[in-house]
Parts: sequence; C-alpha cells; structure tokens
Amino acid sequence: MGSSAVWSLGIATFAAALVEMVEALTIVLAMGMTRSWRSTLWGVGAALVALAGFTAVAGYALATWLPEAALQLVIGGLLLIFGLQWLRKAILRSSGRKAMHDEAAIFAEQEAEARGADSEVRLGLDWFSFVVSFKGVFLEGVEVVFIVITFGLNADNVPVAVIGAVAALVVVLGLAAVIRTPLTKVPENTLKYGVGLLLATFGTFWSIEGLGIFSDSGDSLEWAGNDLVILVLLVGWFLLTRVLIAALRVPSNTKSNGRLEMSEA
Amino acid sequence: MKFIKGFGAFWYDFLVGDDWKIAAAIVTVLAAGAIIVTSTDYNAHVLTAVLAVCVAAAFTVALLIDVSRSKR
Repeated sequence: MGSSAVWSLGIATFAAALVEMVEALTIVLAMGMTRSWRSTLWGVGAALVALAGFTAVAGYALATWLPEAALQLVIGGLLLIFGLQWLRKAILRSSGRKAMHDEAAIFAEQEAEARGADSEVRLGLDWFSFVVSFKGVFLEGVEVVFIVITFGLNADNVPVAVIGAVAALVVVLGLAAVIRTPLTKVPENTLKYGVGLLLATFGTFWSIEGLGIFSDSGDSLEWAGNDLVILVLLVGWFLLTRVLIAALRVPSNTKSNGRLEMSEA
Repeated sequence: MKFIKGFGAFWYDFLVGDDWKIAAAIVTVLAAGAIIVTSTDYNAHVLTAVLAVCVAAAFTVALLIDVSRSKR
C-alpha cells in the first residue's frame, strides 16, 4: 500500500469519524446541559461498550468468513450505497433542494425535547437522558465503525483506519472540553460531501473488482491501470456531482418549494 | 416484536438509507456484472470501465427520479 493510499485512508476515516462524532456530541451536550450529566455519561459509556462488542463481532466475522473477492464485493457494494446516499444529500443541499445540516438548530431542538420530557428514574438514572445519549452515540458510532472496518479491511490496513477515527475522537473531545457548546464551526456539509466522494470512489473500485468471485478462478477483476484508476474514479464522481449540482440548482426565491425532506442528518 | 421491528428498521435505514432507488440501482448493476462474469467471455479492463459508467448512470437516474417526484 503506497503512502498516498495510506494518507487517503487515514483522511477518509478521520473526516467521516469527525462529522459523526460532532453529531453525537451535540446530542450528549443537549442532554447533559439540560437534564443530568451523570445519566448522560452513563449512556455514553454503555454505548461505547456496545460499540466495542459490535466492532469485535462484525470485524472478526467479515475478516474470517469471506474470501478476498467476496469481501470486496460485499463491503464495496455496501460502501458504494452508503457513499452515494451521502452524495445524494450533498447534491440536494448544494443545489438548494434540501436544508443545510445545522448543528445549532439540532441542539436547540434536542434541548427543547429534553426540557419537555417527563422525569423517570430507573436504576438511579434519569432514564430520558441515558436512553437518548446511548442511542445518539451508538447510532452515530455504528456509522464510524462501519467505515473504519470496511475501509480498513479492504485496504488491508485496519490500524491506519483506526488511527484516523481515534484522531477525530481526540479532536472532537478536545474542542468540546474547551468550547463547551455544539461544534457549529465544523464545516460538516463540506466534509460530508468529501467523504461521500471517497466512499463512492472506493466503493465503485472494490465492488466491481469483487465481481471476480463469480469467475472461474475466483480472483478479483483487474482494472486497467490498477490502483491508479482510483484517482480517475474520484475525478469522475467529482465532475458528475458538480454537473448534477449545477443542473438541479434551484433559484433562491423558489428554494422552499423545491426542497425535499428537511430533517435528515 | 417491537424490538425486531426496530432492529430491522435500523438496518434498513442504515444500509438502504433515504432513497431505496439508489440501493436497488447498485444491486441491479452488480447483478448484471455477475451474470456477465459467470456466463460470457469478457475483457476485464473493458468490463470494469463499463460497469463504473453504469453505476454512475444508475445513480444519476435514481437522483433525477427523486427530484422530479418532489416537484409534483
């Protein structure tokens, strides 16, 4: 694996982990500041334990049971679908057909919900803040784990993928400790677009390569130019998304009529 | 039962996402690729390039359907 591939792997997992952790942090801050820090942190801890279990089982199962080409096909296919969902949102946002992701608005919404919820004590914990923080951290965390495992296994370099995600965790926790408010300055929409491009690129490369499992030899299909084609795919996805953004752009005075659903992450 | 429904909904939302047409389009292209690899002689360099173009085209069509429906 060349140094440029190592860097792109690290950057992809760092950026993906960063945006997901910022979203989880917003939920945790809203619960902690409005209801109970103790119950919220118990929820975060329980979610991290559940995530560790999920990572161990999923990582072991994928790495042990699937031959290389099948791994590329299955994981590449999932990565491709996942990446294209991110690109879809990025295109709709950039063309004005969908509201931009706004961490401050989400924080306000979570805070209002937390204030309005009933007080129910279970196991000595404020159950609402425990459950909401558990779900928030676990669901956002599963996305990070999925990206780390799929990128790491297919690039045959899980440690670099893990380092990228851990670096993001350190950055987010460090910033949160200093600022103590939702991280509204993180350019989430741009980061998600960039990660979507990378996921779609590697997903296309690996899933098509993995179709070789159906050949007589069972070996991966070979692309012309081998790994260099990854760069071509990246440029291709970038150009296609720019064309679609330009073609679908809504004039500013009609944006509210042309918008799709507003509340997706 | 509620847990199973929630578990299924979580994985559907996670893997298929907001637009099922994208997942369906990708599965269709990969299935077509699998049929070609299994049943015909092919040039791998040409086939990989053609399938990549098909993936991009399938995504574009799925997105345009989505946008045109939202206009109605």
